[in-house]
Amino acid sequence: MSIEKVITAEKLTKRFGDFTAVDAISFDVYKGEIFGFLGANGAGKTTAMRMLSGLLLPTAGKATVAGFDVYKENEKIKQNIGYMSQKFSLYEDLTVRENIRFYAGIYGKSNSFIKEKTAIVLEQLHLSGEADKLVKSLPLGWKQKLAFSVAIFHEPQIVFLDEPTGGVDPVARREFWLLIYQAAASGITVFVTTHYMDEAEYCNRVSIMVDGRIDALDTPMQLKNTYAAESMDQVFLKLARKATRAAD
Amino acid sequence: MMKPVIVNNIIKRYGKKNTVVTALQDVSFEVDQAELFGIIGPDGAGKTSLFRIVTTLLLPDGGTATVDGFDVVKDYKAIRQRVGYMPGRFSLYQDLTVQENLEFFATIFNTTVEENYDLVKDIYSQIEPFKDRKAGKLSGGMKQKLALSCALIHRPSVLFLDEPTTGVDAVSRKEFWEMLKRLKEQGITILVSTPYMDEAGLCDRVALLQTGKILSINTPQRIVESFGKKILAVKSNDMLLLLNEVKQYEMVEDAYPFGEFHHVVLKNNSSLQLADNLKQSGRQFELKEVQPNIEDCFIALMKS
Repeated sequence: MSIEKVITAEKLTKRFGDFTAVDAISFDVYKGEIFGFLGANGAGKTTAMRMLSGLLLPTAGKATVAGFDVYKENEKIKQNIGYMSQKFSLYEDLTVRENIRFYAGIYGKSNSFIKEKTAIVLEQLHLSGEADKLVKSLPLGWKQKLAFSVAIFHEPQIVFLDEPTGGVDPVARREFWLLIYQAAASGITVFVTTHYMDEAEYCNRVSIMVDGRIDALDTPMQLKNTYAAESMDQVFLKLARKATRAAD
Repeated sequence: MMKPVIVNNIIKRYGKKNTVVTALQDVSFEVDQAELFGIIGPDGAGKTSLFRIVTTLLLPDGGTATVDGFDVVKDYKAIRQRVGYMPGRFSLYQDLTVQENLEFFATIFNTTVEENYDLVKDIYSQIEPFKDRKAGKLSGGMKQKLALSCALIHRPSVLFLDEPTTGVDAVSRKEFWEMLKRLKEQGITILVSTPYMDEAGLCDRVALLQTGKILSINTPQRIVESFGKKILAVKSNDMLLLLNEVKQYEMVEDAYPFGEFHHVVLKNNSSLQLADNLKQSGRQFELKEVQPNIEDCFIALMKS
């Protein structure tokens, strides 16, 4: 992990009317880091992620993502990040190959780049035999691995993963995390949310949001020390139980 | 007395001739009176098909099932009157208020909220301060509590809960399971499904379901005991390298990430050998023996 910052947030705030969804959060994320972004339902994670991915303008505070300002350069941000979520990631009625072609095309990649890299990705995922099958025919675990590979196909600096492994079987869930490790090792920064507390342990650092604020941010080991907890599950429960705001 | 839920060799297929997907392959199990029985499995395991069959909303392609002695195909009307069902997707009336939803469900079942209030009090009282709010405007946790109240208001003998905790954060999940435990103590039989392996331990018995097949049925304790192999937890500063390395070792049957540690399943139960190999590699490491849990069992059963 390097000391180069790829995300900086300083008192980043979002208010909807008189409701403060994100309340002056400050943190940095470093290049190649796997950063776990945890919080109970309604804590403000999605709003924060939408600001960082250039989809929602903040009310106050500062933030840069991949070196670009979230107020003025949000189009640049979109070009330099990847995104996948549990709910939406691939087009079910396109084939594996068509999905890759479509996303890579949207990011303006050349035909030769797409052709060369498609072969590599299919090989890596052991999907060469299924390249021309519709995505809807794939098991969920394969879909999610493919979705991740598609999200980083254009070689973004950062990839945002919103509950990428929800409902995925325990074997595929681990295979998915090996892909995350590999991406991080190649220098891509991974910003990930999850409800699985064992996955929080796979992160280099973890932040925990409570009622719109970041109440804790550290390595999993330090968090466990600080909160005298045996597992991240316990750390999470100790912090999230303090929440006074109703869940979303 | 007949068991409240009996499922015999149920088969369910979807699709036509050359694109048939078998959602349930010969699934059988029985649930006892006042038992909290869990169907544990990832998305696509067949959990929802199974719930829709036992709640008479879907016809099986083979096998039989009864609820309180009534056949799910022939006696569907009798079953619908006596069971409570909370589907995975929120399915209350969004444009009715909290109170209107509860009254609606009570009326449909020819009862009143007052008559069975004692049963839902524990849960409903938590959302009662918002009784005039439209259901569509509730938070996720509150919707879940209202849905459970509505499924309970006619005092069902069996409660079917399809993935009630999916997408719900760890705190709300814990609270929900505490509510289920109290309902069970009041004599209600509960069949509940979940993709979260760590929730298996909260059930009396569980069936592990994967791609339409039951891998194992037993108490969580017995399933864990039947694992039969030794598991070592190892960690070092480079976890990816460590994983690739231990996978190469002769005595290692399987190795996979498990939270802070990797779990290493040994072929011959000799833990010393693994420590020796790691020492030879010159790596700093921490190693300890751990008890297998349901997720270890699920992984082993999936791969066997």
